[in-house]
Amino acid sequence: MKILVSVKRVIDYNVKVRVKPDNTAVDLTNVKMSMNPFCEIAVEEAVRLKEKGLASEVVVVSVGAKSCQETLRTALALGADRAIQVDAEDGLDSLSVAKLLAKVAQNEAADLIILGKQSIDSDNNQTGQMVAALLDYPQATFASEVVIESGEAQVTREIDGGLQTLLVTLPAVVTTDLRLNEPRFASLPNIMKAKRKPLDVTTPAELGVDVGSNVTVLSVAAPAERSGGVKVASVAELVDKLKNEAKVVS
Amino acid sequence: MPEYKAPLRDIKFVTEEVLDFPTHYANLAGAEEATPDMVSAILEEGAKFAERVLSPINRVGDQQGCQFKDGVVTTPDGFKEAYQQYVEGGWPSLSHPEEMGGQGLPDSLGMMVTEMIATSNWSWGMYPGLSHGAMNTIELHGTEEQKHTYLTKLVSGEWTGTMCLTEPHCGTDLGMLKTKAEPQDDGSYAITGTKIFISAGEHDMAENIVHIVLARLPDAPAGTKGISLFIVPKHNVDTSGEMADRNQVSCGSIEHKMGIHGNATCVMNFDGAKGFLIGEANRGLNCMFTFMNTARIGTALQGLAHAEWALQNSVAYAKDRLQMRALSGAKSPEKPADSIMVHPDVRRMLLTQKAFAEGGRALIHYCSMLVDTTKKGTDAEKAEADELMSLLTPIAKAFLTETGFESANHGLQVFGGHGFIAEWGMEQNVRDCRISMLYEGTTGIQALDLLGRKVLMTQGATLRRFTKIVHKFCKEHKGNKRLKPYMTALDKLNSEWGDITLKIGMKAMRNKEEVGAASVDYLMFSGYVVLAYFWARMAVVAQTKLDEGTEEAGFYTAKLQTATFYYERLLPRTRAHAEAMLSGAENLLAMEEDNFLFLNT
Repeated sequence: MKILVSVKRVIDYNVKVRVKPDNTAVDLTNVKMSMNPFCEIAVEEAVRLKEKGLASEVVVVSVGAKSCQETLRTALALGADRAIQVDAEDGLDSLSVAKLLAKVAQNEAADLIILGKQSIDSDNNQTGQMVAALLDYPQATFASEVVIESGEAQVTREIDGGLQTLLVTLPAVVTTDLRLNEPRFASLPNIMKAKRKPLDVTTPAELGVDVGSNVTVLSVAAPAERSGGVKVASVAELVDKLKNEAKVVS
Repeated sequence: MPEYKAPLRDIKFVTEEVLDFPTHYANLAGAEEATPDMVSAILEEGAKFAERVLSPINRVGDQQGCQFKDGVVTTPDGFKEAYQQYVEGGWPSLSHPEEMGGQGLPDSLGMMVTEMIATSNWSWGMYPGLSHGAMNTIELHGTEEQKHTYLTKLVSGEWTGTMCLTEPHCGTDLGMLKTKAEPQDDGSYAITGTKIFISAGEHDMAENIVHIVLARLPDAPAGTKGISLFIVPKHNVDTSGEMADRNQVSCGSIEHKMGIHGNATCVMNFDGAKGFLIGEANRGLNCMFTFMNTARIGTALQGLAHAEWALQNSVAYAKDRLQMRALSGAKSPEKPADSIMVHPDVRRMLLTQKAFAEGGRALIHYCSMLVDTTKKGTDAEKAEADELMSLLTPIAKAFLTETGFESANHGLQVFGGHGFIAEWGMEQNVRDCRISMLYEGTTGIQALDLLGRKVLMTQGATLRRFTKIVHKFCKEHKGNKRLKPYMTALDKLNSEWGDITLKIGMKAMRNKEEVGAASVDYLMFSGYVVLAYFWARMAVVAQTKLDEGTEEAGFYTAKLQTATFYYERLLPRTRAHAEAMLSGAENLLAMEEDNFLFLNT
């Protein structure tokens, strides 16, 4: 079984995010970038499946500018076997990324595609679903447990109100939730080995994918700063404020 | 809850931008792997380990301490598991030879990772730190067989190591040591004696412990020329390299200390324990000296570690703590009070910490770069690096621990009364730091080593090697108008350093006591000049970046401002040291011993 895992380079989860003064985007100059935490979980799951002898190869893929090679090296240090960079500008919309990933998955004949359920920068939560649709593969999103057995994946999903278990036939798409596993730290020897693992670069053109965007960002703004609270004198006043000021009760 | 974040940006500034490690590694034999992207991948992973695994158990280590029962030492909760993770991560192997299972990376890269480990949890870091010392000794002086038996296990981290020097009646003066080594028929030695203050002498983190022990052969000459070095494992090792029965070495008790509670400080009893000579007989102390420099730089690092830790936590607190208003009027009128960042005196403390931590970082990594060269450079490069190391080691050890302690103390002070309360962690930082001025040679011993052995005994040659570098650097940058103030001040101090040395040398010819009387002030003076040199180098880089235009104007401007603070507020301390050390030995020696106290007269 061959596993394809996609990873995204995003602003580090510890960084306090600032918006550019012209409100066009998040300010990324000299900001620490890391692998999207959900993608880390995806890599970990794939590596564990390989360690259990269930997978023969783990291929990681990232769509982005050259700097995403660092993220791919991190995935290789965590145990992936080889990497593919789809050289494209950063910040493509989900559909373009999904088309590119679907194409790579086809070329690689991947049996299982594991993605993070969403990236912590754009928070769209749609790429995995789009990849599945484009390939017409079954999908199991928000996985908290994955069991592979005789060409099928039994996936436990975290849904509102509990857990749901699905059985999907491979090839399939799985997206990871936070509790699927706890990613390991890369070991020093593996960091050094990662440098010698193959990393191929391809382009949207080579993959025959048009990455024209259907989404235009109009403006990016920071959430309003929290202002101080007020004490209300009575329940009636509270209800009134909820209705007329906060407009959360009608 | 105190926190540690690895200062990756600043480590990169010092090593890449100021000291130009990429060029250093490109020219260093065997450092091919240490490319900038590899270095940054290793540092990021090391940072994760320090921040997420070691930092959270720093306070646990202090509160629980090590427990001793029936010869067994139990380390605080989480220490053992963290060590396991450290071993699984392959970290012990970083700078050790590939044929012993190491990664063969440069020592200086190891130092960057060690800095993060040290700062996040000094007590924990001492366990692998002592192993590192034992490994260096075996690497340099062990036979091939000893290397294969012991070094491989230390490199993998399966076993840890210690250095057993001190005895109850001799610490600084090792010539007095009594532990005996009697030759046995099988070529081994029976080691008998008591060692004290043995860090990591006994613990539950690894299955075996390799002690490096100083002892005397039966026919050995008295004093330091009769000391030999032995390997004594906790568990004997059979011919296949596997652990066998327990050796006759045991932990008698552990010390109750002011700080570093998480590290076991042991009394070790050797009762005819099986040991193996390492290096030449009676040359043990010489063997020790080869690694002493690195061990002392390792302790110098402790000063930086506590200064950095204090800086991070006191800046966070000072920004958050609202109290009083700025003297010139409210800075945050919408809040009940201004943050204490507005007060000049709080800033004085924070900037002092910053100047010592970031300046110390430059000195530490410069020294570790010299260590690389002493190991892998050409003969001429080795000779120069050795000479610079011999001068800078006592300075780094004593000056950085003294200023590290000052910084830790400022950290506590910034917190006001809360600094005195354990849960903020600032008092632990002070207590943990205090030992650094004592072990590996006290400040007084370092000062004698610097002035007596390193400077005066070489007729100032060792000093001139360094002052020439400083002088050349000043000349090179004097032309730059904005850098000129630093260069003028530094050049002046640099030549004063030489003049003072000459004056003390002259006095010492008449009275040897003048050396001891001047030594600590001399060392501190030297430290301030050395750090001034590194702050000037950092200022040059920062100014250049700002002139070229940078997106990190805040970072580089802060460097220039800290340099200015250092030159204008800390460097004046050299005046006091100069005046004190030139005042002569008489004011110290005149008083009769009996006249020091009149308690029962």
